[in-house]
Amino acid sequence: MSITIENLNYTYSADTAFKMQALKQISLTIKPGEFIGLIGHTGSGKSTLIQQINGILKPDSGKVIIGDISIFDKGVDLRSIRQKVGLVFQYPEHQLFEMTVFKDVAFGPTNMKLQDDEINKRVKHALSIVGIEESLYESSPFDLSGGQKRRVAIAGVLAMMPEILILDEPTAGLDPQGRYEILDEIQNLHKSLGITVILVSHSMEDIARYVDRVVVMDKGEIKMDGLVKDIFKETEALEAMGLAVPQVSYLIQALNKHGFNLSEDIVTLEEAKEALITLLKRESE
Amino acid sequence: MIRDITIGQFYPAKSRIHELDPRTKINGTFFFILSLFINQSLITYGLAFLALSAVIMATTIPVRFMLKGLKSIFIIIMLTIVLNLFLTPGTTVLLTLGRFTITSEGLQTAFYMGTRLIMLIIGSSVLTLTTSPITLTDGIEALLKPLERIKVPAHEIAMMMTIALRFIPILLEETDKIMKAQLARGADFESGGLIKKARSMVPLLVPLFISSFRRADDLALAMEARCYRGGEGRTRLKQLKYKKVDFWAYNILMLYLIIFVVLRFI
Repeated sequence: MSITIENLNYTYSADTAFKMQALKQISLTIKPGEFIGLIGHTGSGKSTLIQQINGILKPDSGKVIIGDISIFDKGVDLRSIRQKVGLVFQYPEHQLFEMTVFKDVAFGPTNMKLQDDEINKRVKHALSIVGIEESLYESSPFDLSGGQKRRVAIAGVLAMMPEILILDEPTAGLDPQGRYEILDEIQNLHKSLGITVILVSHSMEDIARYVDRVVVMDKGEIKMDGLVKDIFKETEALEAMGLAVPQVSYLIQALNKHGFNLSEDIVTLEEAKEALITLLKRESE
Repeated sequence: MIRDITIGQFYPAKSRIHELDPRTKINGTFFFILSLFINQSLITYGLAFLALSAVIMATTIPVRFMLKGLKSIFIIIMLTIVLNLFLTPGTTVLLTLGRFTITSEGLQTAFYMGTRLIMLIIGSSVLTLTTSPITLTDGIEALLKPLERIKVPAHEIAMMMTIALRFIPILLEETDKIMKAQLARGADFESGGLIKKARSMVPLLVPLFISSFRRADDLALAMEARCYRGGEGRTRLKQLKYKKVDFWAYNILMLYLIIFVVLRFI
């Protein structure tokens, strides 16, 4: 499903002393099946933007078109939009409330008024995607570890089988192993089902590793939009916005300054490893 | 969604009233409220109205913003007016509507009660709108201090109030967040009857309670880690100090009260 955003504006606390324009004339097109990374400094409007995509916040002006439905038009059932556009908030484990893991994940599908066996199927599928074992299905979500809670909460959104999945810093506060596991699962999902994924992250490494296209926001505006390797060449521009490039990019830049001739397209550790091994082999020959 | 609640909200601005010491403002509000109960007449209420308007003008806060606070208690005000209008016993019948009669006494009471209520609320919202919560509790603590001799835990009361006030916006934000997260999972908070609505609150209330307990726990731990052990011997960053504005404010307050008392006995 495609997402088209046209001239979106949004202001927090309009008419008060605390008025703040969070989004200014945002326009963006996302094709079906893209894996998008959304980066920006804290307060740049990322979270505000993604909440408009599934209709939780209504813009002051502008349009959001999902597929061929302009979602803020009169008569559009926002609940059906929210089933197609799954949104995983920051620290999603704070939304858990049910007695058992299974029931909590079933909350979304139940709200969709699905048949019981369909709900069962979806819940089991979603929990298996995030790697929660069957032995935990009947335990209380509050007895799980932090990482497991996070997975259960993500499964709660996956169980609705959205065609677009938006994740707001899904790995914040997780250990390195946990974050790669979760992001790998999401990447698999993206590849096998072809769903559109928008990943909001502060980790440039994660962006470099998983994402095809990066959208950079600053002060409520989209400042850059392009392929990962192109965006991460703009070190100075990103730093001026309080962002950075992956550490690997810094390494490559430093090496090039000292006479090496490495491609600036390299943004992940694996790519750097390959390039350096080839280079060293060539030198030793 | 729920950020529209204005009661108890602070409106930052630069004005004479904002500059006043919190103790001055608390005393001022207290005596203003008291004055509304001392004397009921057109002249005194006119005077109170003038005084309140002057203070509101001095705060530089838009009147519209102030009136917004009244919206949430509009029903209470209307109820007070209507009940007093119809149920006050009196002799001079002005109008009869079926079984109900409006007497001139009823009209009078309804008018006084209504205006009193509105002025009470606006008067106290002037206090909270112009005083940041932290300064406000500092003021309360200072005013309660003399009562420590009779074992009133002034510092503890003030600290509890500070924490409670501090937590209001956090809890509102948290509610907003959880609500959105559950909406994203297809929750429905609006439709259905009373029971269905109450049930739909469970996905909101359970996480809210859990996070409140977690926050309270964290805060207690953080305070303890910084050696908090009550008010004894505790110094503060911002000492309360009366300034020249406060002197004038007290003088004006005195004048206002004297006029009120004089009017009472004429």
